[in-house]
Amino acid sequence: MAANNEKSSGTVAYINARLLDPASGLDTIGGLLTEGEIITDVGPGLAKKKDAPKGAKVVDCGGKCLSPGLVDMRIEIGDLASTAEAAVSGGVTSAVCLPNTDPVIDDMTVVEFVARRARKLGLVKVYPYGAVTKGLQGRELAELGLLAEAGAVAFTDGTKAVADAQVMARALSYAATFGLMIVQHPEEPSLTADGVMNAGETATRLGLFGIPPEAEVIMIERDVRLAEMTGGRLHIAHVSTAESIDAIRRAKGRGINVTCDTAPPYFALNEAAIGDYRTFAKLSPPLRAEDDRQAVVQGLADGTIDAIASDHTPRDEESKRLPFEQAAPGGMGLSTLLAVALELHHNGHMGLLDVLKLITSAPAGLMGLDAGALIAGRPADLVLFDPEQGWKVDADALGGKAKNSPFDGRPVQGRVLLCVVDGRTVFEPGE
Amino acid sequence: MKQDGKDKVQFPHRHLLGIEGLSPEEISILLDRSESYVDQNRRADKTSPVLHGRTIINLFFEDSTRTRTSFELAGKRLGGDIINMSVATSSVKKGETLIDTAMTLNAMHPDVLVVRHPHSGAVKLLSEKVNCAVINGGDGSHEHPTQALLDALTIRRRRGHLSGLQVAICGDILHSRVARSNIHLLNTMGARVRLIAPKTLVPPEVERLGVEVFHDMNDGLKDCDIVMMLRLQRERMNGNFLPSVREYFHFFGLDYEKLGHAKEDALIMHPGPMNRGVEIDTDVADDVGRSVIREQVEMGVAVRMAVLELLVLDSSEGDG
Repeated sequence: MAANNEKSSGTVAYINARLLDPASGLDTIGGLLTEGEIITDVGPGLAKKKDAPKGAKVVDCGGKCLSPGLVDMRIEIGDLASTAEAAVSGGVTSAVCLPNTDPVIDDMTVVEFVARRARKLGLVKVYPYGAVTKGLQGRELAELGLLAEAGAVAFTDGTKAVADAQVMARALSYAATFGLMIVQHPEEPSLTADGVMNAGETATRLGLFGIPPEAEVIMIERDVRLAEMTGGRLHIAHVSTAESIDAIRRAKGRGINVTCDTAPPYFALNEAAIGDYRTFAKLSPPLRAEDDRQAVVQGLADGTIDAIASDHTPRDEESKRLPFEQAAPGGMGLSTLLAVALELHHNGHMGLLDVLKLITSAPAGLMGLDAGALIAGRPADLVLFDPEQGWKVDADALGGKAKNSPFDGRPVQGRVLLCVVDGRTVFEPGE
Repeated sequence: MKQDGKDKVQFPHRHLLGIEGLSPEEISILLDRSESYVDQNRRADKTSPVLHGRTIINLFFEDSTRTRTSFELAGKRLGGDIINMSVATSSVKKGETLIDTAMTLNAMHPDVLVVRHPHSGAVKLLSEKVNCAVINGGDGSHEHPTQALLDALTIRRRRGHLSGLQVAICGDILHSRVARSNIHLLNTMGARVRLIAPKTLVPPEVERLGVEVFHDMNDGLKDCDIVMMLRLQRERMNGNFLPSVREYFHFFGLDYEKLGHAKEDALIMHPGPMNRGVEIDTDVADDVGRSVIREQVEMGVAVRMAVLELLVLDSSEGDG
């Protein structure tokens, strides 16, 4: 792995590639030229070796897919080094991390610290969310304006909902002063007190307390009203139920400025994955019923859901090797983001470019990042992948201390062959 | 090593973690074996050396007097060495994890671990980390298999069979592992199960387990053969499930008036310990003609002897 933070120099020609750029709708055989950290040219005129300028280093893409590096709009940072490696091995070149770090990202100095540490590592580009409320306590607003100036790209209390309606209304309203977006974890906490998985037959059989799907839509419907009332910019994180998607579809239809995303577990798995108390499948929000999973697929296909985030949440073995009720929620997702998202394409629900858009230009647009496009003048953040190549997810091989992939053992299709950040090769699979 | 050669019966599972998934034949094997121990337990000499030299550890992460005592007695009557470990005296309170506790005990080569734990699924998790047989002595709100077996034995001895009987399970279904194990067992054996409880104490989609749900005692008890009352788990009530004990008893406590809707010879059961005047009227509980509550306790020892024997002897077969 050529990970370092030295600037790349010189010209590189990526030839003989299937260029896929959801931002411009480009899908053609061609090539791409980078100069240092920047894309300088892209198109069918660069398909062959002879098209490369003299002196350029030539990378033959072997006819595989070259697309913008993936943009992941929600990860938990955990151990930065392992997370950054997991990211680039999954083709993710930009990621936005939740503020539920220790210390919480509710202060300018922490924003700068996170970004600086990631820059130093020179792998994935990490952008922080700022906290909506001080200490994620849900009571007093954090310094949204100052945090934004320091580099926070949007605001959320992470996996805690801003539960108090008054606080949420003020957050939306105040953030709108500066044109900032509030991202809500959609769950009415008073309805989920002892819940550890989706409410329903499986929870009843296992003797576990359920989180009713209504807890999600209740919060979404409330927040849509608050966004309407305040003129604030609302984004709903990881929607997981059919009713939630309907509520957002209706809100969008009424012209309210609301967007949403989901994560791979919610369109690729359902609550049956918990089986006999499998804690890797304990997530927040919880895995839902099969009808909900199908509704999420539909919401992605019809455009109601604007983006896919990995929800990457690394957990050490000690916090998962516990009785289900005590185990920490969350699953890893960076390494499997591309392959699991591609299932939407392989299963015939969406075109390849449409799937890629959900993990590149769409989240980049929502977060206001200069990323996710194969366009001259943009950063040379690239991923080369084979959408057909099959592999089996092996949690032990995902690297780092954490192994908590909800997709452990799943056969998937879509392998990253090369990952480039700012013109530098940061990942190439070994033999 | 075949000590009891020709009447050796097979129970084809390493552990007893729950009733769900057991076949009618497997349940019958356990019940039939229990019958022989009922007789043994009524003799002057109640012991047989079936588990001589075997070690049984009662590992209780949650307070229990009767289940623990019942297992202890069962192990002793079979000639086994039985040790009680409870949370208060163990290292669990010092922050040792469940898995570490399991591994530590496993290193002492027990033959059986009887485990009770406040969290659903914890006994199953523990069973994956040890080499011996594990008996679920109750896990969270999930299952309590030996309770369901002793209830079934009690009913079978009184009625001769389980199939076709109409059984009502009444009270705090939501928090009850006893209810879940009984639902699975009674359905598997061909009985019909009704649940009677206020809506706040019925778990979501419980109908899919194959039961009928009632919210009125008089309707639900109509023509029932068996009335199983559950303990109102007040210690687990951290919400607003009920407005008051007085109101609960008025609508859902078993008294003679409500019992009048069941069959005239309906049996009254309770897994204990009872809250008299909360879920059951004292006179009903003590009605010698109808209440089989003390008989359930007796059957409990026999059932646990049978389970211990079948699991231990099966596993030693496996060892070759």
